Amino acid sequence: MLDIQNLQVVYGTGRLRVDAVKDVSFHVEQGAAYGLVGESGSGKSTVLRAICGLAPVSGGRVLVDGKEVTTPRTKAFYRTVQMVFQDPYASLHPRHTVDRTLSEPLAIHGEKNDAETRILQALREVGLGPSFRFRYPHQLSGGQRQRIAIARALILRPKVLLLDEPTSALDASVQAEILNLLDDLRRKLGLTYILVSHDLAVVAHLCERLLVMRHGEAVEETTAEALRSGAASNEYTQSLIQASQGYSRASKQPATALAG
Amino acid sequence: MAGAPLAEQPAGLRAWLLSPEPHSRWQARLGRFYLGWRAFSRNPLAVVGLGIVILLILLAIFADVIAPYSPVAGGDLRTQRLLPPSETFWFGTDDQARDIFSRVVYGSRITLFVVVLVALIATPIGLLVGTVSGYLGGWVDTVLMRITDIFLAFPRLVLALAFVAALGPGIENAIIAIAITSWPPYARIARAETLMIRNSDFIAAVKLQGASTPRIILGHVVPLCLSSLIVRVTLDMAGIILTAAGLGFLGLGAQPPMPEWGAMVATGRNYLIDQWWVAAMPGLAIFVVSLGFNLLGDGLRDVLDPKAAK
Repeated sequence: MLDIQNLQVVYGTGRLRVDAVKDVSFHVEQGAAYGLVGESGSGKSTVLRAICGLAPVSGGRVLVDGKEVTTPRTKAFYRTVQMVFQDPYASLHPRHTVDRTLSEPLAIHGEKNDAETRILQALREVGLGPSFRFRYPHQLSGGQRQRIAIARALILRPKVLLLDEPTSALDASVQAEILNLLDDLRRKLGLTYILVSHDLAVVAHLCERLLVMRHGEAVEETTAEALRSGAASNEYTQSLIQASQGYSRASKQPATALAG
Repeated sequence: MAGAPLAEQPAGLRAWLLSPEPHSRWQARLGRFYLGWRAFSRNPLAVVGLGIVILLILLAIFADVIAPYSPVAGGDLRTQRLLPPSETFWFGTDDQARDIFSRVVYGSRITLFVVVLVALIATPIGLLVGTVSGYLGGWVDTVLMRITDIFLAFPRLVLALAFVAALGPGIENAIIAIAITSWPPYARIARAETLMIRNSDFIAAVKLQGASTPRIILGHVVPLCLSSLIVRVTLDMAGIILTAAGLGFLGLGAQPPMPEWGAMVATGRNYLIDQWWVAAMPGLAIFVVSLGFNLLGDGLRDVLDPKAAK
């Protein structure tokens, strides 16, 4: 479905040149969920932005459905690939109602005829009732906003969904809800996901395969299974796994100290 | 007893307006408007400003009903020249034996005409130039902003004077001249707002839906710039009125016998010591209306300023 070959993203020139992504390749099958993990600044979000055209592709190729993407991207591309952003507080227009936000993609692609039913259906899909339709973003909670953002991305019936840390701005219980929603939607609609996250647990929950990135380079491609069992051949991946298990004291305190 | 349902209705209306689950586009929009109005009406000075502006509009609409005399034709030149304020002539009469109150009332039409037309011409120009240059950036931004800089480099009244001198005196040319000189600050504001907005996620999101550049600018950027621009235009209204009056005073705006307030002050200048009311009454009108627009603008800023509250 999605083929990234030797992708490079470079910002600036000369002394200001920044190599955000250096030579990253991976392949995602139709209907699969693929994770990109790494610390801040590892270039994982930039890969997503390069795929959808928000960042320049300086080298290498991006293929969707076997066809190389054009710059600027075509309308057909946007009907195939959609993105959900990290911060639901910034990704919805503050002066547009939910209704306006959801009808905008339909208007852009000239599908206004059955807008009414499709908006209500999109809301149902993300677990929101029709009562949310005419609310403004400030009348919604963070989790509800992210659901609207997902509904907006899905209303054009794309095949690929790019998820840029979709849960990192939400609190733990809402995170789980959104992740389960994304999991359900993928199964129901046969979507292909690329999920960017620094949270190994999130990636292990949602994805089958994943790519560990560091300083704009691919470190290791591994499976969620290996991640869960703690088996990683690479030293950096190992340290990421260790870090995700939280801080632990070198020597355990006696149990009596806790009981007392 | 009959009053009970009536008394309940506002409560019902309020609940309907403040409903967290609006049922239609209109209810959502009206609810938002109502919230703005509640914030606005908490500021008494702003309400006074709004009252003055509404009074000006009513005065302009019903000028022929309110004014007791003709604003142009004078009375008996032997007995009715330069009379002090009295019961028959509320604001006194001028050197042509015309009732100053009637002239001030009719003058409100000219003032409103100038203010509305300047706002209708200058705001869209400034908004368009600012959002386009801010959103597109690059050489478009450079060219448009340098043009704006050139217009900003001239003092407003002097540039307006030059335009009127070139186009010929008259109220229409004064309006064009003021409009041409007042858009650059709006373009600057709109550009600054656009620069903040254009990198936000919701613009990236609509880009990813395949929206065209005009669609993004008009549908997504402009609505967010509009509120700060409305505030600025309202605050500028006083300046526009003063510029129009200044041009009238210099004889380059409205031509006699039009009852333009600035021109009226200019004729009153000759009698300033002995017949103070000839200049003072239109001057007072200019002062009150300018104050009204300023108070209104201040109140609107409290409500609409995106930095204060969302």
